[in-house]
Amino acid sequence: MKKSRSIIALLLVLVMALSPVVLGGSVKAETADSGKVLNIWGWNEEFKGLFETYFQGAGLVPEDVEVRFTIVPSTDNAYQNALDQALLDQENAADDDKIDLFLLEADYALKYVDSDFTLDIMNDVGLTEEDLAGQYKYTQEIVTDGNGAIKGTSWQATPGLFAYRRSIALDVLGTDDPEAVQEALSDWDKFAAVAEQMAAKDYKMLSGFDDAYRPFSNNMTNPWVDENNVINLDENMVKWIELTKDFTDKGYHNKSRLWDDQWSADQGPGSNVFGFFYSTWGINFTLLGNALEDPEAEQAVGNGIYGDYAVVEGPQNFYWGGSWLAAAAGSDNLGLVRDIMYTMTCDKDTMQQITKDTQDFTNHEEAMAELAADDEFASAFLGGQNHIALFVESAKGIDMSNMSAYDQGMNENLQEAFVDYFNGNVDYDTALDNFYTAVIETYPDLTRPE
Amino acid sequence: MKMLSSQKRNSISYKKWGYIFLVPFFVVYTVFSLIPLFSTVYYSFFENYMSGLKQIGPNYVGIENYKTILLETDLPKYAFNTIFIWLLGFIPQIVVAMILAIWFTSLKIKLRFTGFFKTVIYMPNLIMAAAFAMLFWALFSDIGPINNLLVAMGYERISFLQNVAGTRGLVALMNFLMWFGNTTIILMAGIMGIDNSILEAAQIDGASTWRTFWDVTIPSIKPILVYVLITSLIGGLQMFDVPQILTNSSGGPNRTSMTMIMYLNKHLFSKNFGLAGALSVILFIVTAILSVIIYRNLTEREPKPVKLKGGEH
Repeated sequence: MKKSRSIIALLLVLVMALSPVVLGGSVKAETADSGKVLNIWGWNEEFKGLFETYFQGAGLVPEDVEVRFTIVPSTDNAYQNALDQALLDQENAADDDKIDLFLLEADYALKYVDSDFTLDIMNDVGLTEEDLAGQYKYTQEIVTDGNGAIKGTSWQATPGLFAYRRSIALDVLGTDDPEAVQEALSDWDKFAAVAEQMAAKDYKMLSGFDDAYRPFSNNMTNPWVDENNVINLDENMVKWIELTKDFTDKGYHNKSRLWDDQWSADQGPGSNVFGFFYSTWGINFTLLGNALEDPEAEQAVGNGIYGDYAVVEGPQNFYWGGSWLAAAAGSDNLGLVRDIMYTMTCDKDTMQQITKDTQDFTNHEEAMAELAADDEFASAFLGGQNHIALFVESAKGIDMSNMSAYDQGMNENLQEAFVDYFNGNVDYDTALDNFYTAVIETYPDLTRPE
Repeated sequence: MKMLSSQKRNSISYKKWGYIFLVPFFVVYTVFSLIPLFSTVYYSFFENYMSGLKQIGPNYVGIENYKTILLETDLPKYAFNTIFIWLLGFIPQIVVAMILAIWFTSLKIKLRFTGFFKTVIYMPNLIMAAAFAMLFWALFSDIGPINNLLVAMGYERISFLQNVAGTRGLVALMNFLMWFGNTTIILMAGIMGIDNSILEAAQIDGASTWRTFWDVTIPSIKPILVYVLITSLIGGLQMFDVPQILTNSSGGPNRTSMTMIMYLNKHLFSKNFGLAGALSVILFIVTAILSVIIYRNLTEREPKPVKLKGGEH
């Protein structure tokens, strides 16, 4: 009796364990389009919020489909670790657990784009050239694989600008007019000259070591790694190191690191920092949040330094960040994935509405050009400036041709290794040596230059 | 019990229950410790990592990983960091713990509220190391409360985490704070285990407190001291969470607070099981050797170590 019962139990367990495999196989054979659970992976709530407002909120999710977000923060690479594991297990996962859609950042997009884990958004997912025609070309180039297939699509373009404090500009430069300020900051020599003027009046040009990083790293002349897997420190990065060392020695910044408390405080009331290199999301989201005295109170002039910032193009064109949507191989909801990609990243009206609601810069040239030309459209946070007009200009100059799959590790390790040099703890060669050591720990297949 | 079983030949043997109760431990130990131990050794002979989403290996490479670790990396530097920071925390820890243990057990001083003090000094050990490190990171950051306090008192700001002494010192301080309570309680157990008649005999012979401490107390608790030293050393070699969180996994200025386990953890990003395996095996051997050396050094000269609990084994 006892024995037979345990055999039955064992059989039941086996049946339960095997059933998803059997069912999964048969369902997949019929269609890849009828999944009842849509799995979306991301590292923060940004896309979730947009999705819930502009897609789910618009009633575009079929009633019988459940949307399941998996959010893993990107700290310490946790997002990619979790995502990699899930993608590697994708083949054996039950249909309802398979990832359908996941988000990517520019710095590591190629890692996924150059793999079989992402689908061609045109041939596999079903978007047409016509659908994608309105997008900024660079947002497609980042996620194009070696064979020319586009593997992702984004709702935002992320050109960068230099955001400065009007009150400080008025005090030091005698004007807060964006055109005059741009003239004073139009190349790096002028930028350094203004930094000296700032220091003379006890202001700081920048907040910390890494603030000027992106304008340099986005203008590299060669990719980080050559065809023989040898690391290549670009001359433009050497220029960044020289500029930052110079600024550090002369006390032109507050020695903060990106995202630390000092950096955030420097963007708020009571700070003596002139400006920040920021891209689209950074201005309407991070900078605005940090500028407020009382985050709970209304976002309006009078709350902290709301209204005191303005933006200019600065010494060099750059972009920073951005999120892409990629369709996962093995998805059982491709139809819905296509609809989401279309509505969120191709549909002109939706994207223009997102910009109007959130001031974010969305990935539709025509929609943005219309807003740029619209005299009524202005950002109260930026003292009534139409920042979209500047972004439109800045976006034209973005060049992604030197991206590599290693950018994330390179950026993080270079900034980390050279803080010691900037602080005077080590000399240049030691810092460089530490950088190579750290990079090879991260990517063991790379080698040092001779 | 013994008498009963010898009298009755055919009594029920409870021996098997002893083994049965031991089974869970051995199963858990085998699955979670022994097998991983052997598989680590096995993997250390392979080139085996991820480059992005591409799996490289496993390819058998012999002792290549060991050569790389020992000859081409900065492992000696990280070993020095680890030992240095450990000593920086351990020396004050054992001194303070000894003083407190003597005070708490001294019949002369008759300290009141010892229960309360014991609880308080043990408290830091109850906090998760990572949380403790986060707390210190916030306290000692460039715009943190400690720096604000310094400025308010008229001193310059100190970038604790940007200089070597500051970072190593904070790690050592945290290790000290977390572990001195624990050590105090272990040492008290040792001291209270000393037969009072020995101490009284020393006093009758006219020995000073100082002399009694060095010639009676210390030799009597030597096994306990060995235990404290070995466990602390092994814990020290495995130092990870405190410096990892405090330096945001960078290992402090110029990698001077990078411990060996933090270095091991660096290989996690690329899932470099080969190199990490080789490093783990080396650490395992070093830990084993150090433990044996210290244990021998401190026990062999003592002909009859004082046993904590009476009776034979």
